[in-house]
Amino acid sequence: MRYLRLLFIVTLLAVPVVGAAQQTPSPDEFVPISEIPAEEQIPAINLVAAAYAFVWVALFGYVWSLGSRLGKAEADLTRLERKDS
Amino acid sequence: MTTAVKAQLGIAALMFAASPWVINAAPHEATMGLVYKIYFYHMPSAWMFMLAAIVAGVASARFLFTKRQASDATAVAAAELAVVFGLLALVTGPLWARKAWGVWWVWDARLTSSLMLFLIFVAYLLLRQFGGPGSEKLSAGLALFGMANVPFIYVSVNYWRTLHPKTSVVPTLPVEMGRPLWFCVTAFLLLFLALLSLRATLERHRTRIDALYLSHDEA
Amino acid sequence: MKAFLRVAALVVRKDLTVEVRSLEVVSTTLFFAVTVVLIFAFGFVREGVPTDGVAAAILWITVAFSGTLALGRTFERERQADTLRALMLAPADRPALYAGKLVGMLLLMALVELILVPLVGLLFQAPIFRAPLRLAGLLAAGTLGFAAIGTLFAAMLVRARSRDVLLPVLLYPMTVPVMIAGVRGTAALFQPQPDAGMAQFWFALLVFFDVVFVTLALWTFEPLMTD
Repeated sequence: MRYLRLLFIVTLLAVPVVGAAQQTPSPDEFVPISEIPAEEQIPAINLVAAAYAFVWVALFGYVWSLGSRLGKAEADLTRLERKDS
Repeated sequence: MTTAVKAQLGIAALMFAASPWVINAAPHEATMGLVYKIYFYHMPSAWMFMLAAIVAGVASARFLFTKRQASDATAVAAAELAVVFGLLALVTGPLWARKAWGVWWVWDARLTSSLMLFLIFVAYLLLRQFGGPGSEKLSAGLALFGMANVPFIYVSVNYWRTLHPKTSVVPTLPVEMGRPLWFCVTAFLLLFLALLSLRATLERHRTRIDALYLSHDEA
Repeated sequence: MKAFLRVAALVVRKDLTVEVRSLEVVSTTLFFAVTVVLIFAFGFVREGVPTDGVAAAILWITVAFSGTLALGRTFERERQADTLRALMLAPADRPALYAGKLVGMLLLMALVELILVPLVGLLFQAPIFRAPLRLAGLLAAGTLGFAAIGTLFAAMLVRARSRDVLLPVLLYPMTVPVMIAGVRGTAALFQPQPDAGMAQFWFALLVFFDVVFVTLALWTFEPLMTD
C-alpha cells in the first residue's frame, strides 16, 4: 500500500513535466534544436540535472521502501514463528 | 539478506556514487552537447525495464503451468521492478527528447510501446494489490498476455504513426562513449539483481506469514 | 472435436435462453451505447457539422465501452448465482466452455454494433455503405480480438475483489492494438478518398491478433480457471 502511494505521488509529480509538452509545437512537425525560439530553450544542464536527480531520488525511495517492507515482514515472521513453537 | 545480495547492493551503490565522475569523463558529443549524458542513465533504465518485463513474463508462464510458488514470487518482484525502471526510462526519455528533438514526447513506436508495456505492469500491480485472494493466477495470465501483446503493440503503433510525417532519427553514439555506458549498465544490472532477489524474498515472507496466520486461526 | 462443439453450443444456448428471458444485458448495453454516441456527438459536432475524421474513433471507443459493460454484466450474473463454478464442475472440456462464452459475447456485441454503426453513420455523416463488406470484416475481426481477451479476463475476475474497476484497467491496455487497427482501418474506409490497401493491412493485423489471442486463451483457460 505504501509503495503504491509512493508510486502515485511520483507519477503525479511527473505529470506537469509531460503536461508542459502541450505548449510546445505538435510532434508531427519536427523542429530541429536550432529552430526552437530562444524563450523556449531550456539549458541542457537543467535537463541533465533533473534526469539524474529523478533517477537517484526514485531509486533511493524504492530501495528504502523495499527495505522497510522487508524489515516489517521479517519482524512479523519471527513473532509468528515464536508464537508457533 | 544473503552475502551475495549484500555484495551486489554494495557494489551497485559504489558504482552509482562513482557514475557522475565516470560519465563526466566521457567525451563531449558534438551535435547535442551536454544533454546526451542523460543517455547514460536512460539506456540502462530502459534495458532493465525490458529485462524485468521478460523475467516477469517467463516466471508467470512457469507459475501458471507448474504452480511453483517461487516462480510467482519472482514474477511479482520483476513486475514491480518493471514499473520502477519503466518509470525511470519514461521520465528521463522526455527530458532528453526536449533538448534533442525539441519536444517532450514523440509518438515513436518504441516510446509508445514502452508506455503501453509500462501500463500493463501498472495494471498488474493494481491487480495484485486490490484483486484479493486468487489474483496470483489472474496476474500471471495478465503478464503472459502482455508478453504476447508486445509485437502487436509495436507493429500497430509503428504503422499508426507513420501516417504522419517522419520525425528525426536518434543520432548514433560514437564508440568511445561505450565505456561509461557499460559502467552504468553494470551498475543498474547489479542493482536490479539485488532488488529482484530482495523483493522475491519479501513475497515469500508474505506467503509464509499468511500461512502462519491461517494455521493460528485454525488452532 | 465433436464433443467440443457440442459443449460450446450448449453453453451458447444456455446463455441465449437466459438472456432472451430477461433481455437485461442486451437492453442496458444498447441503451448505454446509444448514450455514449450521443455524448460524443455533443463533444464533436459543432454548429451542426461533425469534426473531420472522428466517426471511426467514436465507433470503436463505443464498441470498447459497451463491450466492457456487457462483459461485466454477463459475468456478474454468473457470479451471483454461482453458476460459473457449477459450469466449471461439469465434466466438460474447459476450452469448450470458454468458446461457448466467447460466442455468446460475440453475438451480443454484434447485435449492439448492428444498431451502433447506422447511428454513427447518421450522426457523424460517415459513409458506412461505401465498402460494407470491408467495414463488416474489420468490425468482426476487431470484436473477436476484444471479446477473446475480455471473456477470459472477465471469467478470471469473477473470483477477484473490485472486479468492476479492474476489468477495464486490465482490458484496455491489452487491447490497444485492436483499437489502433480498428480505428485506423475504419478511418481509411471513411476518409474522402478511401484507401482499401490500408484497410486491408489493418484487417490482416486484426486477424493475426485474433488467431494468436484466441489460441492463447484456449490454451491458458484451463490452468487459469483451476484452483
